[in-house]
Amino acid sequence: MFDEHAASDGSGRDGEPGGAITRDEVAHLARLSRLALGDDELGHLAAQLDQIISAVARVQEVAAEDIPPTSHALPLTNVYRADEVRPSLAPEQALAAAPAAEGQRFRVPRILDEEA
Amino acid sequence: MTELVRKTAAELGALIASGETSAAEVAQAHLDRIAAVDGQVNAFLHVDRDNVLAQARAVDERRASGAALGPLAGVPVAHKDVFTTRDLPTTAGSRILEGWRPPYDATITRRLRDAGLVILGKTNMDEFAMGSSTENSAFGTTHNPWDLTRVPGGSSGGSSAAVAAYEAPLSTGTDTGGSIRQPAAVTGIVGVKPTYGGSSRYGVIAFASSLDTPGPFARTVLDAALLHEAFSGHDEMDSTSIDRPVPPVVEAARRADVAGLRVGVVKEFAGDGYEPGVSARFAEAVELLESLGAKVVEVSCPHFSYALPAYYLIAPSEASSNLARFDAMRYGLRVGDDGTRSAEEVMALTRAEGFGPEVKRRIMLGTYALSSGYYDAYYGKAQQVRTLINRDFESAFEQVDVLVSPTTPTTAFPIGERADDPMAMYLADLCTIPSNLTGNPAISVPCGLADGLPVGLQIMAPVLGDDRVYRVGAAVERALEDRWGGPLLAEAPELAEAAK
Repeated sequence: MFDEHAASDGSGRDGEPGGAITRDEVAHLARLSRLALGDDELGHLAAQLDQIISAVARVQEVAAEDIPPTSHALPLTNVYRADEVRPSLAPEQALAAAPAAEGQRFRVPRILDEEA
Repeated sequence: MTELVRKTAAELGALIASGETSAAEVAQAHLDRIAAVDGQVNAFLHVDRDNVLAQARAVDERRASGAALGPLAGVPVAHKDVFTTRDLPTTAGSRILEGWRPPYDATITRRLRDAGLVILGKTNMDEFAMGSSTENSAFGTTHNPWDLTRVPGGSSGGSSAAVAAYEAPLSTGTDTGGSIRQPAAVTGIVGVKPTYGGSSRYGVIAFASSLDTPGPFARTVLDAALLHEAFSGHDEMDSTSIDRPVPPVVEAARRADVAGLRVGVVKEFAGDGYEPGVSARFAEAVELLESLGAKVVEVSCPHFSYALPAYYLIAPSEASSNLARFDAMRYGLRVGDDGTRSAEEVMALTRAEGFGPEVKRRIMLGTYALSSGYYDAYYGKAQQVRTLINRDFESAFEQVDVLVSPTTPTTAFPIGERADDPMAMYLADLCTIPSNLTGNPAISVPCGLADGLPVGLQIMAPVLGDDRVYRVGAAVERALEDRWGGPLLAEAPELAEAAK
């Protein structure tokens, strides 16, 4: 079953897809994910993600050359509804749950002069 | 416990429509039951008694004024906390949404109201519907009414427990990888994942948009069909909603026969990892179908064993994108905004504090799977596997009308057993995931006990063949109730009722 195959193939686990996930890589993923994680959490997650990624890498065993990808259960494309004016939220309703608001706007922390 | 809470939704609807009881009386009986047992079960996150009674009185007034009532008018329903509700908080089990009151109703919420259903409250769930036990809820674990030391399944575990504990005759859920069928199976009730696109996602807090499917829980197949019919159908607010009539599920649940039907047993869903009691009850259910006149054959779906790994690439990838909306700017939690920090720092601090461990794991896993350099090997490959699983279904349904399997490999596991072992937790969805990847409808119906705990039978049908899963499910239900002399749930131990 699933977990029996985990990490049992031992194939190319060095920086290649399927390779062991390093702590630096986890820290990078946390930055991309906008998650300010502590050292303990990073360590714990690195071990768990490595285990999960080894297991899900089993999809690579499937012979799928020339098989088209499926992104969705239904073959629907470009579904539009009529472009009609209809009632929408009043500004007060839209702002009712805002952590901070000012006038008719969301008040947010500074977004300029940030380092990349 | 009054007899009213033991009644089915169909019975309650008829009693209210005929005036033998009132919606207010039915609502009060369920509120009393919630007050008496939910301290132990913890199925509900939010209950507003005044609001419940006001909804019920409005139904009674409509009846008094001579208005024709639908079959579920005045019937209580427990609503998963993933659906937005204007008049109740909506948290999706997450700290990041604690106390949020949405400014709009989900389409399904609106349709429950339009059908005259009385929304009792919002039910507990794994945070953002990620989990199989409700242990990932930020607001405590729900307990299985069959054994309070065990999980009620998940993610819709509050909804399954509420129905199994007679706190509500009906409840709503969402099923992304099995989150309706698995909790239904381990609490001894009925749960249905409709065809993807058959029930609206508008106002459902998104986990994995290509998989998320709202559906019903009930104690009988007919009740599930009535709720299914009440909230399904095309919704122009959901671009993946199917613009076709709702399959005749109520008629199918009443028909309840399998004579001449071809039933396929999925060969790959057996063997190691399946508890002996689960395998035994499943084998008996297959024999039962045969004795009822179905033609049973074994069917091979060779790629189903890759469904779980494919799912744990696809679902986290979609989740990592969907959950980006929780940015601490417009609603929900905001942490660390002390005037010195940038928006990006506040965002990262808020998300670290507001999300629980499983949600963080899945966001990181999805971010990894979508990263440049890894995309083809993981996400791209999983999408190809999705095509192959669809082909397995298509070739199987050339030979048979429905497919059957156990709903989940084990009965309800003890609280805490898999809490810090994500891979073990993921295995609970082994048999349910293929239908999510392809959009097929599926039901779980009770098929007996193993070591005193409920076992579920899963029945899968072709896309838009929802009526077929109800027809077969109802036939199994009828035959087993004849054999047992009543529903499986009658075997559940009585919960001690707290004094008022």
